[in-house]
Amino acid sequence: MADVLLEARNLSKYFGDLKAVNDISLTVKKGEVLGFLGPNGAGKTTTMKMLTGFLVPTEGSAYICGEQVTSENERAKARIGYLPEGAPLYGEMSPKGFLHFIAETHGIKGAEASDIVESAANAVNLDHVMNQRIETLSKGFKRRVGLAAAILHAPDVLILDEPTDGLDPNQKHEVRRLIEAMSLERAIIISTHILEEVDALCHRAVIINKGAIVADGTPSELRARSIYKNAVTMLLPVENAEKAASALKGIKLVAGVEAAREGDLMRLTVLARGGGEIADTIGDIAAVSNWQVAQFTVDSGRLDDVFRQLTERDV
Amino acid sequence: MQAVLTIFRREFSSYFASPVAYVFLVIFLIMQGLFTFYLGSFYNREQADLVSFFTYQPWLYLFLMPSIAMRLWAEERRAGTFELLLTLPIPTRSVVAGKYLAALAFAALALTLTFPIWITVNWLGAPDNGVIVTGYIGSLLMAAAYLAIGAAMSAVTKNQVVAFILAVTVCFLFLVAGLPMVLDVVGGWAPEAFVLAIANLSFLTHFDALQKGVVTLGDVFYFLAVIIFWLWVNRIVIESKREAG
Repeated sequence: MADVLLEARNLSKYFGDLKAVNDISLTVKKGEVLGFLGPNGAGKTTTMKMLTGFLVPTEGSAYICGEQVTSENERAKARIGYLPEGAPLYGEMSPKGFLHFIAETHGIKGAEASDIVESAANAVNLDHVMNQRIETLSKGFKRRVGLAAAILHAPDVLILDEPTDGLDPNQKHEVRRLIEAMSLERAIIISTHILEEVDALCHRAVIINKGAIVADGTPSELRARSIYKNAVTMLLPVENAEKAASALKGIKLVAGVEAAREGDLMRLTVLARGGGEIADTIGDIAAVSNWQVAQFTVDSGRLDDVFRQLTERDV
Repeated sequence: MQAVLTIFRREFSSYFASPVAYVFLVIFLIMQGLFTFYLGSFYNREQADLVSFFTYQPWLYLFLMPSIAMRLWAEERRAGTFELLLTLPIPTRSVVAGKYLAALAFAALALTLTFPIWITVNWLGAPDNGVIVTGYIGSLLMAAAYLAIGAAMSAVTKNQVVAFILAVTVCFLFLVAGLPMVLDVVGGWAPEAFVLAIANLSFLTHFDALQKGVVTLGDVFYFLAVIIFWLWVNRIVIESKREAG
């Protein structure tokens, strides 16, 4: 287990009577990007705060590279790069001054500090705003400054709390590319409630709800739990749609049909019973019955559906 | 030690990141001048000493020191950098010390800028400069005690104004404990030892001797004890505020 860099063992956190986090265990290996998903208020941020030593767990413990994380264990803290929620920064400082300050807190000084500040700034494309006050920068740049501060001391473990929250699509894409580039040599855990992020970035995803883990697997494994697994979606003229829908409902392999109108066409989504293969069968029937199908796609399952299914269960 | 210095440098330079620092210095010097020349009747006394300069400092500091200290922690908590700061590989005690020393250095700078009054008094007459030096040392010690209270109160809240009011209130209690009006009230029912203990808690009692040029170990220890006690409180408040974010 030499390459497990981050481990949480039975972490729990109570705030008074409220169980914010309930018995969470997980491991992240070197080279792995773990997506930490859950609705707002599920306990993602609280868990991350325990992983970084900011909050003391009520029960259980966290380990970074074998070192137990506590608020006073500087060795464990030195191996973590942390981007807190909202990427808080000192607004009155320049990115250059701020990054030098962070370098100094890691005991890096002089020419070496200048080197690593420069390379971290290059990695996130900060070069031309290095001497501006941070409070005058756009949200995207601020986030990049936070990321640069998190990666500058080449930490083994990166803990990023909603790294792309509030960014525009281009900025999101850029931040994801950055995270991807950094993932080779380290263990990364990112929390998010944006599901596209998981597909774009994560090797593994953990979904939590009400403080407890409800699912843990690769994105495709999770997607396969969706009722949309192997569902067939087709676009066909409105006049044929009703006929087609009733014919499809009669087939044993079909669990149901959803319909939505799109102009002169109708979009039919045919759900497979138990996620079985139905595409061939339905394709044949469509061809024989001459429904004039304009578009025909097979779903691999939908993450948002699984997410809702797991986190809405007992609301 | 290195960590304390790192925090100190960032904190100290952040005072000068906005015009507030300069405004503060100007207000401090003007107020100090008003107290010395009008309330303290510097000229009318016709004495070559700085008694009128030091006498009103406990009251001046009552408002000015909390305003230096109020942002130390409240601002970190408001901006969320509190979390960033406490997850850096630096012991909490170093952060507490570094921040406190930065506030103290700023106060020391303000005090140093009053040097024209020292030049004036030397130009007008022949004062005992030894007394003046102990006066300045006493003044700085008292400022340091006010700042330690201010720093601890700043950690209590996210709101700088609330931090300021809390600090002024606590400092005020430490100040008035030595005034006759308080001691008379307490003296009406409490044993003498208790009255003495309360009088001994006051900044006034201990500053009085120092500004007259008498340095006793007891007075110095008193201020050091107050400072250490409130820094310890500061640390405890911070630990408890982690939970609140």
